[in-house]
Amino acid sequence: MRVSPWSTPLLIVYAILITFAITAGPILIAGANPIEAYGAFVVVPLTSQFTLLEILVSATPIMLTGAAVAVAFRAGYWNIGAEGQLLLGAIAAAGIGTLVGGLHPVIALPIMIVGGALGGAAWALAPALLRIRFGIDEVVTTLLLNPVALLLVNGLLHGPWRDPVTGFPESPRIAASAEFPTLIDRSRLHLGILLALIVVTVAWYVLARTAAGLRLRAAGLSPHGARFAGINVSRTLLGAALVSGAIAGIAGVSEVAGIQNRLTAGLSPGYGYTGIVVATLGTLTMPGVAIAAIFLGDLTVGASSAARSLGIPSQLGAVVQGVLLLTTVALLALRRNRARRPADGSAGSVTGDVAAEGTAG
Amino acid sequence: MIFVIDLLAATLRNATPLVYGTVGETYAERSGVLNLGIEGTMYAGAFAGFATAWATGSLLLGLLAAIVVGLAAGAVMALMTVTFGANQHVSGIGLTIGLIGLSEFANRLIFAGGELQRIEPMPILNPFGGLGEISAVFDQYALTWIAFLLIVPAAWWLLQRSSFGLEIRAVGENPEAADAAGVNVARTRYLALMIGGALMAIGGAFFTLALLGSFTLDIIAGRGWVCVALVIFGRWRIGRGVIGALLFSLVFSLQFRLRILPGFGELPFELLLALPYLVVIGALALSGRNVAYPGAYLKPYRRT
Repeated sequence: MRVSPWSTPLLIVYAILITFAITAGPILIAGANPIEAYGAFVVVPLTSQFTLLEILVSATPIMLTGAAVAVAFRAGYWNIGAEGQLLLGAIAAAGIGTLVGGLHPVIALPIMIVGGALGGAAWALAPALLRIRFGIDEVVTTLLLNPVALLLVNGLLHGPWRDPVTGFPESPRIAASAEFPTLIDRSRLHLGILLALIVVTVAWYVLARTAAGLRLRAAGLSPHGARFAGINVSRTLLGAALVSGAIAGIAGVSEVAGIQNRLTAGLSPGYGYTGIVVATLGTLTMPGVAIAAIFLGDLTVGASSAARSLGIPSQLGAVVQGVLLLTTVALLALRRNRARRPADGSAGSVTGDVAAEGTAG
Repeated sequence: MIFVIDLLAATLRNATPLVYGTVGETYAERSGVLNLGIEGTMYAGAFAGFATAWATGSLLLGLLAAIVVGLAAGAVMALMTVTFGANQHVSGIGLTIGLIGLSEFANRLIFAGGELQRIEPMPILNPFGGLGEISAVFDQYALTWIAFLLIVPAAWWLLQRSSFGLEIRAVGENPEAADAAGVNVARTRYLALMIGGALMAIGGAFFTLALLGSFTLDIIAGRGWVCVALVIFGRWRIGRGVIGALLFSLVFSLQFRLRILPGFGELPFELLLALPYLVVIGALALSGRNVAYPGAYLKPYRRT
């Protein structure tokens, strides 16, 4: 069978190649050879055990935020607030983590994970209610709560949670029983990656194989059609928004319990926004999210090693992410235009663009 | 009295970048495109303005560079959303991530993480110097005067009274009807996004060329998102958006001043800083279903 040149995996490969062609410009300006640079970005991190594990460490938070964004986007709910929801999960984890010292990790860790998920979901609640009750565009409300969450973190770190000994804006270290165990000796790889893979697997199952998942996808593809079919679209959106917030909250727990062991102001260098890149690159499917997160993790590790070996500023990683996001949505839109479908509710949405090929996973 | 005068002067000063950004975002949204690239466009404007002024010694060339970067950023957003018809939220976030990355990449290349470079920022002008104590309110940068006396009235006139403004509003409200009436929808949206991008970039350049005289990481610190909120707060009207910018700036300037007063040191000012964001969300909630989004908001236009 001939593979369509517009099939989703090929489209993503094109997006990556076009991105590399565009970002060759900045690399040349930095005085490096683009081919050599992409080798350092993509291939070099795959060549040692240490960097392979670091790829998974980098992939952990963005696999979770990517899954969070994908769940919401699939429902047609534009949650741009994964960053803030992640921070609320981190606040909850840092708070609970200091209180569970007397408990066995088997009890302490689930309490902390559930607490972080609830924190993220709570932060996602108000925009979701405004959307379903008053029809207020959730893009702006979820987005605006990101700086508010960051202010909340800073308020805690400069106020009640300031380290009493050093005076640094860092919360007290969480109890040993609340720290995620490392999976492999002498590495930073921690329980968070397993958590992320479990979340992605469960989300895949729910989306692809359950009635709730079908309702969610239907609401995303055509709210009017879904309503006509008897689906309670408001309740479906609310559910998607809260699950999305909860997953982003777990990303915050994972960073606190697995990496920082406390709340810090620099906890997230924009993992919530990177989640949008991961979700889009993964075309809003869960296997896609997992692969995209690992690919971006690879690029992140590669960018920092290329900074050392080739003198290319590691900020190129962010440039690649931004361009990759633009080329991916552009190609998805071009495929939709090519199909010449009449304009409908899904036009211009990633959901519609993915569905244009008929992928249901 | 000194406190009030100082507060009013700071309010005008701190509102300046928000005014540029809000007017720029209003142009984009009235043409039917939500431009979430604003945060990155302001960031890139701040950096390009600074780097050019630093290299050439000319603030004017710095400002021009920021404008060129803003026009280019608006054109990329238009390419994505008008020509390709791609999703507006995702395109805007991609533009912001890419432009912030590109600015920090160039910052690293040019300034190599050495000591903080400075330029001589633009001087403060006061055309109302002879009014005694109160005239200190009008100690403002040229870019602030230009914003309030030139850009705001001109942008209002262009949008509300000129035929070009009518075209922008028409393609944002009902592109099918505008197209039928002979308006080039794509061209109008390109122009609206590019004008908007240039204004956003000037707003960003205000930080480096006027307020600070230097470029630091995270210099915009979410003010682009504030502008997105102010546009909705002002219901897509330029005048109301500017009032929103002044109110936001008043709260921002007030908390900054209360912080250094004795007795206020222990208050959690982060909560006060969060207030403007919450006020906008609250205002949206109160206006409820009456929020009249532009008719073609978020919708790409294709001839069928």
